[in-house]
Amino acid sequence: MRQVLLIVLGLSASGSAAQDAPPGATTCSGCHGAGSSLPLDALTAEDIVTAMAAFRDGTRAATLMPRLAAGFSDAEIAAIAAWIAAQEDGQ
Amino acid sequence: MTLDRRRMLALACGATLAAALSRPLAAQDRGRVVVVGGGFGGATAARMLARFGHDVTLVERNAAYVSCPGSNAVLGGFDSMATLTFPLAGAVQDNLRIVQDAAVDVDPVAGTVTLAGGEVLPWDRLVLSPGVDMRYDVLPGYDEAAAELMPHAWKAGPQTTLLRAQLEAMEDGGIVVIAPPENPFRCPPGPYERASLIAHYLSQTKPASRILILDAKETFSKQPLFTEAWDRLYPGMIEFRPPSFGGRVVAVDAATRTLVTDFGDVIAAVANVIPPQRAGAIAAIAGVVDETGWCPVSGVTFESDLVPGIHVIGDACAPGAMPKSAFAANAQAKVAAQAIDALFRAATPPDPKLVNTCYSLAAPDHGFTVAGVYQTVDGKLAEITDAGGLSPLDAPAEVRALEAGYARSWYAAITHEAFGV
Repeated sequence: MRQVLLIVLGLSASGSAAQDAPPGATTCSGCHGAGSSLPLDALTAEDIVTAMAAFRDGTRAATLMPRLAAGFSDAEIAAIAAWIAAQEDGQ
Repeated sequence: MTLDRRRMLALACGATLAAALSRPLAAQDRGRVVVVGGGFGGATAARMLARFGHDVTLVERNAAYVSCPGSNAVLGGFDSMATLTFPLAGAVQDNLRIVQDAAVDVDPVAGTVTLAGGEVLPWDRLVLSPGVDMRYDVLPGYDEAAAELMPHAWKAGPQTTLLRAQLEAMEDGGIVVIAPPENPFRCPPGPYERASLIAHYLSQTKPASRILILDAKETFSKQPLFTEAWDRLYPGMIEFRPPSFGGRVVAVDAATRTLVTDFGDVIAAVANVIPPQRAGAIAAIAGVVDETGWCPVSGVTFESDLVPGIHVIGDACAPGAMPKSAFAANAQAKVAAQAIDALFRAATPPDPKLVNTCYSLAAPDHGFTVAGVYQTVDGKLAEITDAGGLSPLDAPAEVRALEAGYARSWYAAITHEAFGV
């Protein structure tokens, strides 16, 4: 647990502040922010990475997300997922 | 910490995304920002910059913002003006200063905005999110007085109420004409969603009526999806007439509701003329508009190509490939706010990626989307060609109903982020 906490604190110091959102990350709340029927609040970074990979390779069907996931690389998705998860933990 | 505990904590905290975890701002990095325009772009940018710790003043001429997204549902008879109306509560929550007044002058050298009431606001960076103004100098016969007889309803508010009243007063068997402009304009799929939702209303109440789209364009946004929906939901009711079939309106006579085309006159029972548009007037006063009528800006910072220190977001800006939509304005606002914060800290703004998603309804339970992902190429936004695109054709009704539900979810989320209610 201490290790996880340290990692979270490390992220906060080095790049999880809202001002340091990685490319693409702030767009998500336009659909998934407060008030949405599809909130991301309960998802971990790993959940988000897994979902985006499945949208992109076609193994998870959805109305819209496969078309958006196709525009992001693995590294971009990993950074976005870590940032979103860190925002939630920090609240 | 276990996964379950993390999930529970996150749930219990009701986390929102962009609202979270602002880094403390050093006093010397705190900037003065004036944001003009309290719509989807301006309200979002102002709140985010205030949360970052900057000194933000939001200038908006109206006490409440009336949302264009959703206004076609009012015309279709299944939503109310009240649901489109947002007082600037979010700005209050985030402790920004709100001034209800019109910006009438900008001095980019002194770094000031002058308001109609006489107040002069100093800024280190200015954000303009002025939306669009209708152009009354293009279509002969269509001026502000004509818009009271042939409403454009392309800014939600009294014009929406007027067009709805005309539709209600119309007798069965009348022709409703919708005349959309050439590209670019606010909300490219909007006229065709409007045709759909007016058809939804007429098919229930005045089924002998028809809708004629007299278009200045040969093709339009989401055309295959709209055409499929019209054939399925309103067979024979909506006709699309492009310029090659005499659809271009070259003049109007508002008193007789006559639309003049190269192939003859059309007399409408209700005429919805959507004129060409340009950036809201304060943008031209500030000197950030080029010969196109729009504001060329960086796709990284949304800073004007013409006047340093002034950023333009939303429908008024031309950052490259993005369409003029509420979704785009909100996404651009967040990128611009992040870039402005970086500039105040003497940091280099990162190259952003942006997303646009436009939902359209063809009926209350029939929705579909166009989406795009954008990245910067030589400082301007370019669409990534192997991402985005349209909802699939031939989808079952359940999928269309699912997207209609997601459209409502999107509206709840974006209005909450922009307006705080």
